[in-house]
Amino acid sequence: MKDVSFGQYYPVSSYVHRLDPRLKLLFLIAYIVAIFLASNFYGLAACAGVLVVIVIAARIPFGKVLRAVRGVVFLVIFTAALNILFYNGETVYASWWVFDITKEGLIFSAFLALRLVLLVVCSSLLTYTTTPVSLTDGVESLLTPLKWIKIPVHALALVMSIALRFIPILMDETERIKNAQKARGADFESGNLLKRIKAMVPVLVPLLLSAFRRADELGDAMDARCYTGSGKRTKYKKLRFTWRDLIAFLVGAALIAGVVLMKIYLPAPY
Amino acid sequence: MRIVAEHLSYVYNAKSPFATAALRDVSLTIEEGEFFGIIGHTGSGKSTFVQHLNGLLRLPSSLKRRKKRPKCKKGELPPPETVLRVGEFDLTEKKTDFRALRKSVGMVFQYPEYQLFAETVRDDVAFGLKNFSAEKPSEEQIDGAVKAALEVVGLDYEEMKDKSPFELSGGQKRRVAIAGVIVTRPEVLVLDEPAAGLDPLGKKEVMELLHRLHREWCKTIVIVSHDMDEISENCTQAAVFSEGRVVCVLPPKELFRRADELTALGLDVPLTAKLVSALARRGVEVDCDFTTEDFVQNVLALWQAHGGKGGGA
Amino acid sequence: MKAIEFTGVSFRYEEEGPFVIEKLNFSVEEGEFVAVLGHNGSGKSTLARLANGLLVPDEGAISVFGTPLTEKTLFEARRNVGVVFQNPDNQTVATIVEDDVAFGAENVGLKREEIGERIEFALRAVGMEAYRGATVARLSGGQKQRVAIAGVLALKPRAIVLDESTAMLDPRGRREIVDVVTRLNKEEGITVVLITHFMEEALLADRAVVMNRGEIVMQGKPEEIFARQEELVTYNLALPRIGVICNRLRAAGMPVSNTLSAEQLAEEIAKCV
Repeated sequence: MKDVSFGQYYPVSSYVHRLDPRLKLLFLIAYIVAIFLASNFYGLAACAGVLVVIVIAARIPFGKVLRAVRGVVFLVIFTAALNILFYNGETVYASWWVFDITKEGLIFSAFLALRLVLLVVCSSLLTYTTTPVSLTDGVESLLTPLKWIKIPVHALALVMSIALRFIPILMDETERIKNAQKARGADFESGNLLKRIKAMVPVLVPLLLSAFRRADELGDAMDARCYTGSGKRTKYKKLRFTWRDLIAFLVGAALIAGVVLMKIYLPAPY
Repeated sequence: MRIVAEHLSYVYNAKSPFATAALRDVSLTIEEGEFFGIIGHTGSGKSTFVQHLNGLLRLPSSLKRRKKRPKCKKGELPPPETVLRVGEFDLTEKKTDFRALRKSVGMVFQYPEYQLFAETVRDDVAFGLKNFSAEKPSEEQIDGAVKAALEVVGLDYEEMKDKSPFELSGGQKRRVAIAGVIVTRPEVLVLDEPAAGLDPLGKKEVMELLHRLHREWCKTIVIVSHDMDEISENCTQAAVFSEGRVVCVLPPKELFRRADELTALGLDVPLTAKLVSALARRGVEVDCDFTTEDFVQNVLALWQAHGGKGGGA
Repeated sequence: MKAIEFTGVSFRYEEEGPFVIEKLNFSVEEGEFVAVLGHNGSGKSTLARLANGLLVPDEGAISVFGTPLTEKTLFEARRNVGVVFQNPDNQTVATIVEDDVAFGAENVGLKREEIGERIEFALRAVGMEAYRGATVARLSGGQKQRVAIAGVLALKPRAIVLDESTAMLDPRGRREIVDVVTRLNKEEGITVVLITHFMEEALLADRAVVMNRGEIVMQGKPEEIFARQEELVTYNLALPRIGVICNRLRAAGMPVSNTLSAEQLAEEIAKCV
């Protein structure tokens, strides 16, 4: 099977893995806020430091973390390049036509790039350390208030977890059908956009049919195991807030407080 | 077309922590005219190998560029050169015409009925034909080719052509899917588990169909299978894959004499081979080519020689 | 007691359409291991879906462990009769093995501790206890099907129906499933209905049932069924290869029995020559 990095759980046992997913979700939100609050490199360094600690605590190899970054390298370089060229700074290093490369521009784009990388790494850490099931449990639990206004939170969470489960299967299947049609001379690589979209029909039709067939069978299998969709279900993995979560909570709170304090007391930009 | 592979290796997810070697230094020749069987467990590399034969998996580009021999330290042998040739196509060349190759090497995947997509059986079978033709074929040409292909797989053209492929029975769908591959008259036909998921009668019919194709339509047939009875009854030559390597290439008649080695690899042996070794343990030597027919004839001959009655089956 | 009992059951998928199952009488004793054979489209999969209320018969009555199957008793029936389906990829809801095994037990509202015990029991019963925290997607086909069986076992059913659950597996995977099922039957006393078109798998059953066009056309001990070769062929079924060999030898006058074991046949041949 091909390795699909999207939402892929990295199965090791660690402190971070065992944390309450709700806490991890809230922590992620808080962390993102902290990244955007941070107005100088001290703040970002603090954020990065925390992230390094989390990666080590989660026992995720750094190579795996870098793979997550690889997906956005283009975006990072692109935004950095734009900023280098268009940022209006004072200390000009080089200039060409309307573009000036300035010290401030370089610093700012480095700052932005770092922000983006931190953002990607912390979000992927969430999916590396949290199984889709507990992630959806966490989302479900956090969204519980929506139940009061009659939104079927549980069903939505189940849909999300099944989607996560089937994405790799359907990606594999797409590859298989594509290969089969290529063997019959299909050409997906040449021609204009319209032609390429048309060329995908022999892949999309079987793929859709297969998705429906799978959905049908899965529905039967769920019914056979007494699924009703009613609220009488119990949960094997109850989310419980433990001392572990408390510590993580304190660390998160300290991080944000630190970043805010730095914003106030270390006014030197960058 | 003769298929020659030498020192062929392939790694999935190369340069990642998930790198897995699917083929390790595989060397294998498939002569024209053979009904060739490829045996092995799931994950033994057999599917990876056959996907090389029509360029769906390609050799790493580094290999293709390396026309000069790489430098190597003193006293070290240079790494053996990878060869992959299918007829006149040299797949280690950069400029291989993959379309022409795919036209000559038909590939039927596992559960091929799941690739059907067109509104009518005729359109689905014609798909490959249109893709591979240099000029747009006329409606008459299409009709003729589709008719011939459907008939050789045992379906009636008039009855089938306007039907939706999705309303057919499982066995019919598979036939239509096979027709969609052979419609361009490939010289080599590769099938991955052609009988998987069919009921016993469906299996029997598919194997009969392959023999008919072998006689009338495609010079060489290559099947990937883990049903040893299927291999012993049908193939002229078989290769055993294990953990990405070719363990041996032999005609079934000789291969299944080495039943113990196959068992050691965790592979099944055909029933006839089980019977032959069970008889050998009881001091009865039966010399047969491991087809049911030959086994029965040999046992009966032995029986007659020992004073049994009757005159053969 | 009868584990599953069909009385005069008819079913069709569409109104006015042809009956897939017609006036079927069929029963399975508690603790029995029954193999149901039939070519594709013979109605054998419909049988599985009727037995635990996934489909509702148009005529006739079904009862499960003595209780008539109605809308009220539907969930009781589903807890008592577990069904394992064909495609190993389409039966798991969760990404992690234990989460999937828990699914059924969660659905019926068991307590947390009890679900934990059920997972443990179910995974041990299928020999997958070492894979409790594993990712389903990385398992082999046979292992996935064993997880599916465990998911059904977590509901502590008294009977299991396997609807062509071996059809998409390689020989190794098939052997794994047949071994597990045989053990569940012999050791846990679970009633097993094995729907298959691999004749060899039917050899292990107490009773084989042949279906054709929604009717039961043959039943008896597997050896007896396979002895009736001509009849099997008329129902679009092929004999296992060993049956073919026995029949050929017998037709030539050799005194061999209708055995289905290679060792036994070799023994008998050795006696003749």
